Amino acid sequence: MSMTNVSVPVLEGRSLGKTLGGNRVLDGVSVSLPKGCVKVLIGPSGAGKSTLLQCLNFLMPPDSGSIWLAGREVNGKSRRELCSLRQQVGMIFQDFNLFDHLSALENVRVALMKVKGLSRLDAGERALAELARVGLGDKAALYPANLSGGQKQRVAIARALAMDPKVMLLDEPTSALDPELIGEVLAVIRDLAQNGMTMIVATHQISFSASLADEFLFMDKGRVVEQGSPAELLGRGSASRTQAFCAKISELTGETEAECRV
Amino acid sequence: MDFSVAFSAAREALPYMLGGVVWTVGLIVGAMLLGLLLGVPLAVIQVYGPWPARRLVGVHVWVFRGVPILVQMYIFYFGLLSWLSQLPLFAGLGLDSPFVAAVLVLGLTSSAYQSQIFRGAIQSLHAGQLKAARALGMTDRAAIRSIILPQALRLAIPAWSNEYSILLKDSALAFSIGVVEIMARMRSVASATHEPVSMTFLAGIIFFALTWVGVKALSLLERKVRIAGYTRQGAA
Repeated sequence: MSMTNVSVPVLEGRSLGKTLGGNRVLDGVSVSLPKGCVKVLIGPSGAGKSTLLQCLNFLMPPDSGSIWLAGREVNGKSRRELCSLRQQVGMIFQDFNLFDHLSALENVRVALMKVKGLSRLDAGERALAELARVGLGDKAALYPANLSGGQKQRVAIARALAMDPKVMLLDEPTSALDPELIGEVLAVIRDLAQNGMTMIVATHQISFSASLADEFLFMDKGRVVEQGSPAELLGRGSASRTQAFCAKISELTGETEAECRV
Repeated sequence: MDFSVAFSAAREALPYMLGGVVWTVGLIVGAMLLGLLLGVPLAVIQVYGPWPARRLVGVHVWVFRGVPILVQMYIFYFGLLSWLSQLPLFAGLGLDSPFVAAVLVLGLTSSAYQSQIFRGAIQSLHAGQLKAARALGMTDRAAIRSIILPQALRLAIPAWSNEYSILLKDSALAFSIGVVEIMARMRSVASATHEPVSMTFLAGIIFFALTWVGVKALSLLERKVRIAGYTRQGAA
């Protein structure tokens, strides 16, 4: 298969399996991310969403199955291939994981210098541009401890974007945020999607992701149990498990069922 | 006891005693540095290394924490180093000097304790720090150097300052193999002047002053490198 073939997914996981502490956390999950698509992972906690995302960039090496980047299988044993994979696959964590001893600017700059080999000056310029892109150009000098949760997550997004990723993995990017801070992060994610970024997002923000996603993947007990467009799974008359799950969440978060329907 | 006699004897002995400070400071600086240079990599190996390397570090830590410093000094000075210095390879390097033996023993012992200080500091960091660095494409080596150690070393300063104050007093054992540091000088002045009590006091005051200066300096350093707005859990 040629690398320029548009039908080749940017990133693909095939039959991924992972057992942790005797639990089958991932049980043969396949997911494929064609260029520009947005996929959303939903499902109860413990379903394996986070594990799936971390297997896709080998933060957690899968026990079985394979990862394909632009049509080439990634060799998880090669340090060089791993570093190259991870540069091309941006990751956003639920609890931000900003480097506590570095300012916002330094957080974005450090990998540009240490991984991409940019000079301090060039890396700093790029970092500032990325911070401005997420609306934090004026917070560059602040340390994580002095940023709000929403600002921290936006710095984390800027940090990932600075590496020019071809695809982004977002692991519950708003789950650790106070309700009033969720909007600013969702706005950045929406902006990314509209600019054609390929993404897979684990989230409980149902109505937001329904408006963005090309496909929902509903996971339970380490498997993808339902898969389809938001309209198929959440549309009027749907009796899907996805629909039942989303209705339950919406009840808890105060969204009306109508908002949940697409 | 005539205090004025004791006081003037102490004052007369002061310059000679202070001459010992040079040796004590030399011992402690050498030993703390050796302990730091070995302790940090030992800690990194113990946290991130493969199991055979971890086992070796474990043995190092057990040996140097388990054998009394005085016993080690005898082994190094009268045994190991005097034997090594007779080999052509090491001839003329001054390995048979008591100072070298004392720095090595104090430094190796300190490396065992310091490795545990740094190991604890590294393990107290959130696992997400290393994950985030890896997710950006950093090698583990780069992540440990630019992300893990800068944070861990900051957290380690209070315990490190404790290690300094302990090691400073352990350095007094170097008199037993003939380093003319404060303790050794105290003993010789005490017997020459028949003023053991005042000389012991004087030595105690000098050790106390060195402890105070070092601990204060490290607490200044701790404040200087503090991360803006960063407080540990439970702190206000």
